[in-house]
Amino acid sequence: MENESRRGFMGKAFGAVSGVGAVASLYAMKRSWDPLPSVAAAGFTKVDLSAAEPNALVVEKWRGKPIFILKKTPEMVAAQTEEMTARDVIVGGENFLIAIGLCTHLGCIPSYRKDSTDFLCACHGGKFDSSGIDTQLPPPSPLVIPPFKIDGTTVVLGEEGPEYAKMKESGLIA
Amino acid sequence: MAHFEKANSLNEWLDQRLAVNTLKRVLQTEYWIPKNINFLWAMGMVLAITFGILLVSGIFLLMYYQPNVDTAFDSVNYTIMREVGFGWLWRHVHAVAASVVFLIIYIHMFTGIYYGSYKKGREIIWISGMLLFVAFSAEAFSGYMLPWGQMSYWAGMVITNLFSLGSLEFNGLVEWIRGDYVPAQAFLTRFFMLHVLLIPLAIIALIGIHFGALRLPHVNNQDGEEFDYDVEAEKYKAGDKKNSKVIAFANDFLSKDMFVVAVYLVFFFYLVFWNYSFAMDPVNFDPADGLKTPAHIYPEWYFLWSYEILRPFSKDIGLIAFGFAQVIFVFLPFLDRSPNAVPASRRGLFFIWFWLLLIDMIALTAMGKLPPEGIYSTIGFVSAVVFILLWIALPIITKFEKKV
Repeated sequence: MENESRRGFMGKAFGAVSGVGAVASLYAMKRSWDPLPSVAAAGFTKVDLSAAEPNALVVEKWRGKPIFILKKTPEMVAAQTEEMTARDVIVGGENFLIAIGLCTHLGCIPSYRKDSTDFLCACHGGKFDSSGIDTQLPPPSPLVIPPFKIDGTTVVLGEEGPEYAKMKESGLIA
Repeated sequence: MAHFEKANSLNEWLDQRLAVNTLKRVLQTEYWIPKNINFLWAMGMVLAITFGILLVSGIFLLMYYQPNVDTAFDSVNYTIMREVGFGWLWRHVHAVAASVVFLIIYIHMFTGIYYGSYKKGREIIWISGMLLFVAFSAEAFSGYMLPWGQMSYWAGMVITNLFSLGSLEFNGLVEWIRGDYVPAQAFLTRFFMLHVLLIPLAIIALIGIHFGALRLPHVNNQDGEEFDYDVEAEKYKAGDKKNSKVIAFANDFLSKDMFVVAVYLVFFFYLVFWNYSFAMDPVNFDPADGLKTPAHIYPEWYFLWSYEILRPFSKDIGLIAFGFAQVIFVFLPFLDRSPNAVPASRRGLFFIWFWLLLIDMIALTAMGKLPPEGIYSTIGFVSAVVFILLWIALPIITKFEKKV
């Protein structure tokens, strides 16, 4: 009887210690799979928009992702709905689309079609208009607008400026 | 210390220390296989041999492959293909075997479904088999990343994005799996580790369970006939091999097995030497470029049916349908409510169900390869819906099946 309770105690103690060890090593394993600090801090990208051509898509790279920058022509702006214009970034009096160029379905890069001023994703046939709003399934949501800050005619990607904060407040950015 | 007699032969010496005679009896000469089977019963051995071929060719590729985003592509397409003596052979063998192994897995699976070899004590065989299918799928996917071509990169992007689980937006989980915002160095090295160590270990362990699960219920036969293995084995051992319903695993059954394996290997090496290009997508001969999506992204042929189930729906419903397709086969032993473990041809409605499922999956595979436009889109959508309806119908039609 005395022996049995001693064995029971040993079993429980062994179980508890190994349980703590198992949880601790799982945590270490999880952390080892985390993005490295150098990757996570993959800073900020500055883009000068003064030389942009109207209706010609510029693709920049930020945190390994393509960023679509599209200067709109006055005709395009005039034909836009309010919903579309709300997503425009105004730099130096010109309307720009700034968005992460990954389809919100599964992350393919849609291509820009100059004539119809829209984006078509070749993977599964999704479409976005010139403001990045999804117009045909399967993408469930508009192209994502990255954090940006306007600084004269340049835009800093990765930093949240007042214009970005305003878009976020009005619910344009999830 | 235990007492050992002086051995009179090498066999006796080994038997004293390793019990080799007992092992030989248990695993070969007195491991009983039914006589009433056909060539489809050799697919297990064909798979084991193919796995061995993958392992050997993989070892040689591993000696020159470099898991680095800057050098991976050239280490495969230049070093292995042009510099290493017979490097092209290992690569083509590895690529063809990786593709053909799925063809044999599907044949093996559908044989099991047709003959009812997943119930009445054989549930663990089926479940471990489906886990092997999952492990082989993960192995195929991780291996596909390694040449770091355009298809590697974009398949990596699309498949890891599935883990954001649609509108749940688990982007942190996706980045955690990748170790970066996009597939990059951390991603390549960890998938390299998975491909050459962790998943192969899991596969080997699962094969052990798969084989072990077979011992008590024994191999099924062409009529689903139940008989007493001990009685039949006694007949065989007494010399009445003609009237016994069983034969020994080795050398009797194994010699038949190896005949089928030999025929298979003729086909296999024909593909390796004359028709390997089906296993090497031309798009993957462009180096990975994170700023340019290929015009068409499609998986290898063996994933097309489940890909087609994902495609025709909106994102969230598509993901749910896809998840359903991935796991539903595991539950087959419990969704089939009929007590009959006999060939589908004697099971009425189940026979129709079997062929509909097979045809539906072939249709999904064909549509998955075609661009999602017009009539193809419609056929794909209908086939995806039929796939789901078939599985919902299964418990109902088998519930009312008459006992045979």
